[in-house]
Amino acid sequence: MRISWSNTSHPASDGQPIGVRPNGVFWLIGLFLLVILPTLNVLPGEDSWLYVSDFTLNRFGKFLAFAILALGLDLIWGYTGILSLGQGVFFGIGAYCIGMHLMLTIGSESVYGSALPDFMVWNQVKELPVFWAPFHSFLAAVGLGILLPMLSAWIFGLLAFRSRIKGVYFAIITQAVALSAWLVFNRNETNLGGTNGLTDFKQLLGFRLSEPGTQRMLYVVTVLALGGAYFLCRWIIQSRTGKVLLAIRDSEQRVLFSGYSPANYKVFVFVVSAGLAGLAGLLYVPQVGIITPGQIGVLPSLEMVIWVAVGGRGTLVGAIIGAISVNFGRSLLTNYFPELWPFFLGGLFIAVVLLFPDGLVGLMRYMKPDAIRSLLVKAPRAQDEARP
Amino acid sequence: MSDKGSIIYLEGVVVDYDGFKALNHLNFIVNYNELRVVIGPNGAGKTTLLDVICGKTKPSRGRVIFSKDVDLIGKPEDEIAKLGIGRKFQAPSIYGNLTVWENLDLSLKRDSKGVFPTLLSRSTPTERERIATTLETIGLRDHPYRRAGSLSHGQKQWLEIGMVILQDPALLLVDEPVAGMTDKETEQTGVLLQALAEKHAVIVIEHDMEFVRQIARTVTVLHEGTVICEGSVDVVQADSRVQEIYLGRQKVGH
Amino acid sequence: MALSRVRTGIVALIFAVGLCQSFSVQATDLDTVNFSSVASATELEDMRARVARLAGEDAAVQQQALRALVEVGDVATLDRLEQVLENADRATRVAVKPIKTLLKNKLSLTSNDEAVRRAAASDLGASGQAVAVPWLEAAAAREPQYWVRYAMEESAALLSLVGEDPVARAAAARTLGELKSQNALPALKELAQQLSGGAGALNANNLVRSAVTTAIERIEVWSVWAGVFETLFRAVSLSSILLIMSLGLAIVFGLMGVINMAHGELMMVGAYATFMTQELFRAYLPPSIFDAYFLASLPIAFLVAGAFGLFLEATVIRFLYGHPLETMLATWGVSLVLIQLARVLFGDLTAVTAPAWLRGGAQMLAGVYLPYNRLFIIVLSIVCVVGIYTVLFCSNLGLRVRAVTQNRNMSACLGIPTRTVDAYTFAFGSGLAGLAGCALTLVGNVEPGLGQNYIVDSFMVVVTGGVGKLAGTIVAALGIGSLNKFLEPSFGAVYGKVLILGLVLLFLQLRPSGLFAVKGRHAD
Repeated sequence: MRISWSNTSHPASDGQPIGVRPNGVFWLIGLFLLVILPTLNVLPGEDSWLYVSDFTLNRFGKFLAFAILALGLDLIWGYTGILSLGQGVFFGIGAYCIGMHLMLTIGSESVYGSALPDFMVWNQVKELPVFWAPFHSFLAAVGLGILLPMLSAWIFGLLAFRSRIKGVYFAIITQAVALSAWLVFNRNETNLGGTNGLTDFKQLLGFRLSEPGTQRMLYVVTVLALGGAYFLCRWIIQSRTGKVLLAIRDSEQRVLFSGYSPANYKVFVFVVSAGLAGLAGLLYVPQVGIITPGQIGVLPSLEMVIWVAVGGRGTLVGAIIGAISVNFGRSLLTNYFPELWPFFLGGLFIAVVLLFPDGLVGLMRYMKPDAIRSLLVKAPRAQDEARP
Repeated sequence: MSDKGSIIYLEGVVVDYDGFKALNHLNFIVNYNELRVVIGPNGAGKTTLLDVICGKTKPSRGRVIFSKDVDLIGKPEDEIAKLGIGRKFQAPSIYGNLTVWENLDLSLKRDSKGVFPTLLSRSTPTERERIATTLETIGLRDHPYRRAGSLSHGQKQWLEIGMVILQDPALLLVDEPVAGMTDKETEQTGVLLQALAEKHAVIVIEHDMEFVRQIARTVTVLHEGTVICEGSVDVVQADSRVQEIYLGRQKVGH
Repeated sequence: MALSRVRTGIVALIFAVGLCQSFSVQATDLDTVNFSSVASATELEDMRARVARLAGEDAAVQQQALRALVEVGDVATLDRLEQVLENADRATRVAVKPIKTLLKNKLSLTSNDEAVRRAAASDLGASGQAVAVPWLEAAAAREPQYWVRYAMEESAALLSLVGEDPVARAAAARTLGELKSQNALPALKELAQQLSGGAGALNANNLVRSAVTTAIERIEVWSVWAGVFETLFRAVSLSSILLIMSLGLAIVFGLMGVINMAHGELMMVGAYATFMTQELFRAYLPPSIFDAYFLASLPIAFLVAGAFGLFLEATVIRFLYGHPLETMLATWGVSLVLIQLARVLFGDLTAVTAPAWLRGGAQMLAGVYLPYNRLFIIVLSIVCVVGIYTVLFCSNLGLRVRAVTQNRNMSACLGIPTRTVDAYTFAFGSGLAGLAGCALTLVGNVEPGLGQNYIVDSFMVVVTGGVGKLAGTIVAALGIGSLNKFLEPSFGAVYGKVLILGLVLLFLQLRPSGLFAVKGRHAD
């Protein structure tokens, strides 16, 4: 966090008229998430109204992991104007990487008492597949969980952007990738647990995952990671490269004839967003305790887009707010009115696109409380003038 | 002038759009520090000519040589831009959501325009000065931090010209710069282009004959993808074929 | 021991029935049958006594008795058999059942319904009862319909294959080879194994063996071709499904640059419209015209989905022109709502009963069977393509659609109401989705998630096909559909699909805006 902060302290570009230092509100929110929530989980008695239950804290940890992904998605969609409907795949790769490590740490605690994960015993796999081997190491799992999504995004991005696949075409192709990934992860012979995915984790680095203390630590790590991701994204968008990204959204042709290669910039931002999605997956799995193909397919990937849209695309804070609020709403509604959730989600999609294209942040700005406003340095929406 | 040779040299260029030959064995030469105006009726291939030079369109046959011996065919657009060919489009092509300053700053010629150098780059005082000078030149001195999308049409045209100037190109391709401008703006643009031609070679596509007369030294007439006639304004206007094509067409067209 | 006693008893019983049948007049007239069965009822006691006596007879006699019974057996015999069995114990009934089936099949060989005749022939072939050979041969000689005759000859040969006479067996093997009978392959292979394993390699055996080997070869060569043909058909069938789903999508994409993510759900609407039509026919109209419901549901599905589309255009799409990505998201929201709505209204699973004229299929070649429902979808997609071309090139609306597709601004300047054209086109595209949904009821269940199954594939078709030209969509549908079916056998459905995605991605490297991208100054 500190490192990124020092970079943002002096504006990178002269064209930036507004000072964009994180102000009081930002630090307040940071303090709330990082210190107050975990403290309220530990200190007050369980009957106190201030008490934050383990469940709530854990749930928040999950939302914040999603927020990291939303930041990356915002970078590519909100700022660069490229709609990727395949973010779930990168999230999934990260999630499965840490999931595989967690599976291997179960060891003899498994149902069958075998060193192999239960589903392999069940599928009569005799030996650990070779590609599982690196995941014995925690560091390797974390490293691969971030690098593998970036690598796949790099390869895919090179193919797609170099040949100038864009707009609707890119969205459709990434959706097809999400579908393919879902199909492949579902297969038993890929040795990734099939439809049931990876679950029944016991420990991480020797800490029991069932312990509230472990979950608290994971929560704190997630908040820190989110902070880091936020500052990384800020640094990028305030640099000249960030301006090029915005410029690509406005007029790719001009960027090209100014001597930049838009394809390289797109690949860059796609890779960054994939890395963030992978990081989100890494943090998600130990907190939620399960990862299945159902969480990384076409529908989840689309839902991720709506987080950003609801929060307000083109603002980093908007992405975070969106991820938290949509998922919060989801867990409330699916609890009480499971039948209504799809209506709500669908309605949200339509409403956000039609009525609140700037999302919650746009609404807040409209109401103009200055303290919030200065926090929300927003990249202007694309094609504002094109609107009739 | 021609002792330094040509800056751009096209030979036998063919561009085929599904059977329609937008350029048909076109030969075209422009020398250093020349201001060349290209005219011709609609569909003559004027814009396609610029597209071929800046790499937007790949010709199916022919040679395109920039400077002494740089073959442009097959090079990507951004590389051609970096070689020193700037293009101003017919419809203003600027970054509407960035400020005027940012627009210019991004266009500025830099050693590297790769992702990571750009990520770490900082403006130098010289660069700032150049942008300030250009703002002056294009008459936007008072609006450096205005959102470019909110400028008037003429201002956008100028902003784009300014962006191309900052690229410091050896060859400037300008497509109908005065379309939609007021008379006064048109005149100012003419002056600007002539000033530019002092240091750069410029190819201008224009319909407005008044404007052509104001700026042109040499005029090239295109028709159906080939050069019909080349020379001073007076020579061209006196040419019988040009009259036939141009005026004959105009009669039919209007 | 017990088994053989039961068998003897049964054969004896049948003999008895045969005897009793011989008292009656051989006639197929129903009254006579009733009369004779009543008459014979009085003699049942006597017959039971005979059964007891016959139980001791040796196997040859029993076989003869069986033959006597089934050779002359007719409707009346069957009827009487039922009567005798009425009071018999369960073991007897179970044991007599094959004989009953045999008789039934024999009678069915002369049925008026060709499907019944054919099924009977196949059943007899599978029964292993050599007695049936002469019936089948006789029936084949009379049979006018090629594929029924084929089944009869095949069955006859199959039964002769296991007989005693080596010459007959060799001939049977040859016939099966000539018929390229896929059904006979397992039997022939088994026989080949037996013969080569047999210790006494007699000359006669050699004769059969060589005949069997040749037959197997012929059948196997044929089955490769049949397999190719079948794969080809499946490829065309899948392509036609993809095509019919993509057509509406492609038209809207070409005109407005909008991918309608709710297209799959409009198909679902069409499918439910079909389902509702079926229910209405069932409830309010005489059963005799029930089968016509499917024809009625075609225009209904088109109109209902078209109306949905019109509504969708007026409430959502209209406000998002020029924002293709936003449109995608909003229409995806619509699709979520529609799926859940269908789930709440109709529950999870309902099915449409295909009308009788779409059940079954046509036998094209030995081992190649084309189901009518698939053929229907192929025909429907061709009709749709022709229809769309007619609308586009022969109607006023089509002219306007083409004009707006090529140059929206110029069309607007020329006084074409582009927004109205958009609305109608969108409705038309949605109507096509409805037709596709109607067609899909023939190959799957009607469920809320119906549209999701193929929709990503049809997106791929549209993207691969490119904007603005239907030919691109058609070629892309054929290409992706065929690739899918040709890759499936060697890669499996999942990896085949993944591979196709890779191929499409590579293809887009060469042609980033699809097969038939528009070149020239309007390219961007």
